[in-house]
Amino acid sequence: MNLRPSDTEQLNAWKRVIIPDDRDLYKIDHYLAHGGYKALKKALEMKPEEVIDEVKRSNLRGRGGACFPTGLKWSFMPKNFDKPKYLCVNGDESEPGTFKDRQIFEYNPHLLIEGTLIACYAMGITTAYIYIRGEYGKWIKMLQKAIDDAYANGLVGEKILGTEFSTQVYIHRGAGAYICGEESSLMNSIEGERGYPRVKPPFPAQVGLWGCPTTINNVETISNIPVIISYGWEWYSKIGTAKHPGPILVGVSGHVNNPGVFEMPTGEPLLEIIYKRAGGVPGDKGIKAVIPGGSSTMILRGDQLEGIRMDAESLKTAGSSVGTAGIIVMDEDTDLIQVITRIAEFYYRESCGQCTPCREGTDWMFKILKRFQRYEAKKEDIDLLLDVANNIEGNTICALGDAAAWPVQSMIRNFRDEFEQRVQTSRFQEIVL
Amino acid sequence: MLSESNLNKVEQLRKRYPTSQALVLPVLWMVQEQEGYISEDSMKYVAALLHIPFGHILGVVSFYTMLQKNRIGKHHIEVCTNISCMLRGSVKILEHIEQRLGITVGETSPDKKWTLSEAECMGSCGTAPMLAIGDEYYENLTLEKIDKLIDNLK
Repeated sequence: MNLRPSDTEQLNAWKRVIIPDDRDLYKIDHYLAHGGYKALKKALEMKPEEVIDEVKRSNLRGRGGACFPTGLKWSFMPKNFDKPKYLCVNGDESEPGTFKDRQIFEYNPHLLIEGTLIACYAMGITTAYIYIRGEYGKWIKMLQKAIDDAYANGLVGEKILGTEFSTQVYIHRGAGAYICGEESSLMNSIEGERGYPRVKPPFPAQVGLWGCPTTINNVETISNIPVIISYGWEWYSKIGTAKHPGPILVGVSGHVNNPGVFEMPTGEPLLEIIYKRAGGVPGDKGIKAVIPGGSSTMILRGDQLEGIRMDAESLKTAGSSVGTAGIIVMDEDTDLIQVITRIAEFYYRESCGQCTPCREGTDWMFKILKRFQRYEAKKEDIDLLLDVANNIEGNTICALGDAAAWPVQSMIRNFRDEFEQRVQTSRFQEIVL
Repeated sequence: MLSESNLNKVEQLRKRYPTSQALVLPVLWMVQEQEGYISEDSMKYVAALLHIPFGHILGVVSFYTMLQKNRIGKHHIEVCTNISCMLRGSVKILEHIEQRLGITVGETSPDKKWTLSEAECMGSCGTAPMLAIGDEYYENLTLEKIDKLIDNLK
């Protein structure tokens, strides 16, 4: 199978594998009857390093935002190690505009469990923690039920499927902190600490949970593993674009007629996703701006979307990134100053406060943007805002600082006229000192 | 302070983690579910139960927004006002709820029935605007839906 993203007919023929139409897959009997846990069985017949190799060759890249090659990450884990090793599955899903992992918990939880087990087998891990944001109480219960069913069927726990392989899978519930989606902060949260990110290096594969080697993968990433094992790396690496292959869960929200999560091969044109899958903009209005991958990614101009595709390479070329593939569409009547002020407020509230540039900088960006919102900003405030953003970027322990700076930087770069217009209509305009 | 069944659960949880500090979040959740909030006495209790300094527990409780240090209303309404919900009218939703309940964001009604909060993205962007009451999500909100919801909870 070689799907060309430009061919719409073929696109519609994509048979979904992460979230199929079948709405009964959450029931373990149904999942087992439809080929469930066969990938686990197949993996257990392979050598662990063969499983890692399969994932490496598939070219799977992490779906949590950073697009890091999953197989490579796994290969960083030490082999023949006498201390415990851990797997953390990241289901914190707090990036504004992202609501994909939730669909996996709800509709295909066993795929996630199966992927978790294969990952544990490949890396010689005996304990996995699935970290889920506290707000997802309902979905935690759904996943817990699936885990309990898997335990009852001998698929998790001691001597899985009659082999020597044993692994425990636990859910750890967060309690409301965006920062805990950052991998080192997530580990601190599991350890019972405040969710402060850690300085890297050392990287988690050397010093992770309780000082032991740890791998952290996103829920969607892990859910791709059984697919790779079942169909083979060769098949998988040909889905979508070569450098960032596979099915991807794309969420579309904001000003569209049919918002939701759509599974598709990577590399589908952004405009096609917005108009064909998400039903276009209400009232046939034009698009003013699009955030392609969750609120941390650089904002794109609506009139420059032609040719941009939903994959890491294409979005990088367009000056943004695929992030968590949460597309937010804004129509022509959107007040972008209000949008960017709200985004800045989010990062101000969620900054953990550890690093000064982020703690103080996010506060200042929010304050300055509020001046624009109240029509009280001066011309110099545009460059002041940019200056603050530039001084946060790259100067913090974790990527939250960058995530706070990028939307502001890209908004000024792409929509400077909106800021200037606010200055011109400022209430303080007539005051001459 | 924790009920016997919860204490049993704590013992079960100990097997999941190599340190007792890792139980801080799960146990604080238990306290909050049992008591409705986490008082200073509860924090001292958890500190003693897990052999962790009180200051650490206080630090954790103040860090995570879902952990409540004060008694809140019976129904805690959290309205998402982040970008996807904002684009789909969460500002009006919030104003309407404020009007209906006679309280503003951050307040608890005098009869301790309602607490109203503004929340960050709760992962419901495809069904925006939304609000949450406890673990329950109410999605694709309209003003009529909110009226009905409040009437039903009254």
